[in-house]
Amino acid sequence: MDRLLTISQSPHISGRHTVRKLMLGVILALIPAFVASLIFYGKGVIIVTSISILSCILFEFIIQKYILKSEVRITDGSAIVTGLLLAFNLPSNLPWWIIIIGSLVAIGIGKMTFGGLGNNPFNPALVGRVFLLISFPTAMTVFPKAQGWKTPYIIPLDEIDASTGATPLALIKEGIKSGKSIVELLEINDLNYSDMFLGNIGGSFGEIAAFALIIGFIYLLIRKIITWHIPVSVIGSVFLFAGLLWIFSQEGHTIISDTLNINLPVIKFKDASEELKVFHMADPLFHLLTGGIMLGAIFMATDYVTSPMTPKGMIIYGTGIGVITMLIRVFGSYPEGISFAILIMNGFVPLINRYIVPKRFG
Amino acid sequence: MSSVVLYTIISLSGLGIAAALMLFLAAQKFKVYEDPRIDQVEHELPASNCGGCGFPGCRNFAEALIKAEDFEGLHCPVGGNETMNKIAELLGKTAVTQDPKVAVLRCNGACEFRPMVNKYDGTKTCSIAAALYGGETGCEYGCLGYGDCVEVCKFDALYMDADTGLPVVIDKNCTACGACVKECPKNLFELRKRYKKDRKIYVACMNEDKGGPAKKSCSVACIGCTKCVKVCTFDAIIMNNNLAFIDSELCRLCRKCAPECPTNSIIEIGFPPKKEKVVDDNTGQTTTALENQTNEENNKLNNIPEN
Amino acid sequence: MLKTFLKGGVHPPENKLSNKSKIKDLPVPQIVRVPVLQHLGSPAKPVVEPGNQVKAGQLIAKNEGYVSSNIHSPVSGKIAKIDDFIDSSGYKRKAIAINTEGDEWLEKIDRSKDHINEFSFSPEEIINKILEAGIVGLGGATFPSHVKLNIPRGKKAEYLIVNGVECEPYLTADHALMLEHGEELITGIKLLKKALKVDKALIGIENNKPDAIKHISALVKNTDGIDVYALKIKYPQGGEKQLIKALLNREVPSGELPVDVGVVAFNVGTTFAVYEAVQKNKPLFERIVTVTGKSVKNPSNFRVRIGTPVSALLEAAGGLPENTGKIIDGGPMMGKALNDLNVPVTKGCSGILVLPENESLRKEIQPCIRCSKCISVCPMGLEPYLLMGLSQHNLVDRLETGKVLDCIECGSCSYICPSNRPLLDYIRSGKAEVSKIIRITKQ
Repeated sequence: MDRLLTISQSPHISGRHTVRKLMLGVILALIPAFVASLIFYGKGVIIVTSISILSCILFEFIIQKYILKSEVRITDGSAIVTGLLLAFNLPSNLPWWIIIIGSLVAIGIGKMTFGGLGNNPFNPALVGRVFLLISFPTAMTVFPKAQGWKTPYIIPLDEIDASTGATPLALIKEGIKSGKSIVELLEINDLNYSDMFLGNIGGSFGEIAAFALIIGFIYLLIRKIITWHIPVSVIGSVFLFAGLLWIFSQEGHTIISDTLNINLPVIKFKDASEELKVFHMADPLFHLLTGGIMLGAIFMATDYVTSPMTPKGMIIYGTGIGVITMLIRVFGSYPEGISFAILIMNGFVPLINRYIVPKRFG
Repeated sequence: MSSVVLYTIISLSGLGIAAALMLFLAAQKFKVYEDPRIDQVEHELPASNCGGCGFPGCRNFAEALIKAEDFEGLHCPVGGNETMNKIAELLGKTAVTQDPKVAVLRCNGACEFRPMVNKYDGTKTCSIAAALYGGETGCEYGCLGYGDCVEVCKFDALYMDADTGLPVVIDKNCTACGACVKECPKNLFELRKRYKKDRKIYVACMNEDKGGPAKKSCSVACIGCTKCVKVCTFDAIIMNNNLAFIDSELCRLCRKCAPECPTNSIIEIGFPPKKEKVVDDNTGQTTTALENQTNEENNKLNNIPEN
Repeated sequence: MLKTFLKGGVHPPENKLSNKSKIKDLPVPQIVRVPVLQHLGSPAKPVVEPGNQVKAGQLIAKNEGYVSSNIHSPVSGKIAKIDDFIDSSGYKRKAIAINTEGDEWLEKIDRSKDHINEFSFSPEEIINKILEAGIVGLGGATFPSHVKLNIPRGKKAEYLIVNGVECEPYLTADHALMLEHGEELITGIKLLKKALKVDKALIGIENNKPDAIKHISALVKNTDGIDVYALKIKYPQGGEKQLIKALLNREVPSGELPVDVGVVAFNVGTTFAVYEAVQKNKPLFERIVTVTGKSVKNPSNFRVRIGTPVSALLEAAGGLPENTGKIIDGGPMMGKALNDLNVPVTKGCSGILVLPENESLRKEIQPCIRCSKCISVCPMGLEPYLLMGLSQHNLVDRLETGKVLDCIECGSCSYICPSNRPLLDYIRSGKAEVSKIIRITKQ
């Protein structure tokens, strides 16, 4: 035989997973949520998503090729996932230039400064999102009212008040400050649970449709792209923590004393004007279905690079995210806190990886 | 207003004084006595922390020097005799002088001499490849060419030659720290006595196979023919396991052996072109010719592309 | 619910191409080269010289030290030379070359095909016969069997585990053996039970061999103390520690041996060799080898003399395919790539696998994306990604605390890695580095 034999160490075969296939899997899992947001928010969704993805790919290409002068790896699909997830965290009427700034921050600061895929300590899409949220608070928190395909991308100035709105979380948070109860607030703002579940609410267009995100979660589990640990521990801890607070709130008190005939105490606190107030809080289901919990728990917190490596570590990380999110939602000044919670817990990941080791055999 | 400034000054100075006092007391309490000579000796050492002396770092070596009864076996190859003499003077002891050394690669199996017999597709480091098998060529003693030695050299004294696939020692940078000697899984590096003008004559082969197989796997392999042993007048060449070895302590650079070698496995470096008579080093003309040659070589070595 | 081990594991495509092939006798080759180191431990010392006439089964190299093994001539003929020859280790090592003349075996060997069930040997006699016959673990580890059978003082074996798992893809040698030599296998188990003084023997067979499970179960139906278990298909279930976990739910502690949890495990091939050695006086000079690969014309199982060149096996299986890229001694997960077609078959060689060119090259290495798949598949509960990084930076202390020495080198981590990172390459080198330092400090 004149051909030379190849020599290498065992194993001589490799599995079916590749980085590209994993990224493609994540993209496929996001499609239901994308379709749902198209139904509610129309063409703005396509515009924002394509600008975000294209600019992420472009920035990654430019940085790898001309600044780092390293191998160009845009084909691994991670820039597409970052762009997609960044877009999912934006309002569907965000001006194009803000999206490009967000992509630049996500790819440039969030990812490439640390050495690209695999080395970034913080989730790049969230770095971009939080940067935009702090820099452009109004643009980032005013969402168009869902009008289906006809929802305009650019809303005429004179229609802004009529055709935009806030998220249910923001509405409730503002409402509680004015002393109204949750039941009243839900009625005033015409909010119901089936709309929340299907996605007919205000919010970043990727986070609204809880059911679509859950379909994506099931797909990811079946394809073994992620494990259940992080999403379940985030959702579980949000549910438990919110439930615990809710039991001692006015709303929880009313329902529990009505149904179970138990009289639990209600938390009372003094506000800035030294006035004694009753603690109002929405129930745990409301907290799960609104805001970014589903998107965050299933797609953002599970980002491979920025999440812990061991199952035990993942549960600690997920629980941390859930608790911090609820702390920000209930006691903080922002109505929503999952982005911050994930970024904070990202910072703990190296520590978790160092001290939580898998159970050794034997 | 003035009272605010006054209170600020008083309180801050008070804090500062208290903190300073605490630090002072702590420093007194936890003070560790250290021989001041350690610092002095360490200052004399090259501070490269290369481990060439056999100690983890220069400070550890300094401690060992101070503890040692005499300097037998303690030598800093980077600083050389000059440094060791200075330290000996400082500590009132006598240094054991050692000839300066230089690392030499005992393999000349460039791609053109050593045909490939298989294709390696594993991780491209020498240690991992050597743990798996003998190498891409028929010679299992030769250089693997993945450059672990270049990685480990702290003095930029090694680079991989793209044409031959072998590492090259840059003599002027080499400090004989021995890192490459330890790293090479095939034990191809040897620390040899450094002759003037970096002249070298050595057997560039480690192949212990018998003549036939050795020659088959590499055309410049030592085939153990013992011709060089017979011609050497200083008993500097030893033949062991079908492999010749020139002892650099005994060798007098007479260059008789090199032309005898049928496979050109004895390498001469830094010599002027061979003449009928033995060249006299003291004649001016030959020296300049030689310098030109070595300068050229050095220039060549300095123009290494960074990679 | 089938039994299996819990932690980690992968399921590569099985590709058992030769599982319908009967065991064929490979013709005795013209020349055999028998390496003196075919086992774990110190090399055997040749007791013959060039020019000597030997018969098949005659001792040609004697064990040196306790952990070593006898080596017997696989053919009858004349010793040609004792020289260094490249073997499956990838290096030239001492081997005895024998020119074949006829096929004459030692008189004491029973060459009939009759199955001898009865025996009246004492445990010591059995162990002695196994030692004499040069039997080593035929599953691939090649650990001398007599060492395993001598239970250290103060320890007691409760169970004998017989490993018929064959979890490596492609290989079918053990499968064929179980189907064709079931009765002998059972006698071998009885012999080992006697030697170990244990009452219970468990045979573990993966569920992808239903015919073997059925056959062996039928054979042991009326025998007390031998049970057959079907196991869920999962690599590396054939690893000793994983199999013990799967069958008995006992974990061998780090750094200890199976006998510390009261178990001794043998491969089915070894068990069959024990039968032949004790009942037929036949030393270990033949073994069953699978020759397989998608491009091989007739993937089959052969009974092969030790020392036969790999090229002869490939010839018998229909010749070397044109597009061959890699030839592996063993299975695709743990086998060793060969760089020469004349490498001899040794005691530990369970298969020769031919991979076509397009399957033999590694894929491009990409950065680690920390997907933690390596952690989830590691059967030993290690962190391969971390161990690789530590090994690259030579952080020996942390490698040691990261339990790098527990690694069984199954290759699951490198197999699963989506970035095609050579995790096991570096872990292996880290392991070598740590054991080197431990050896130095112990001295």
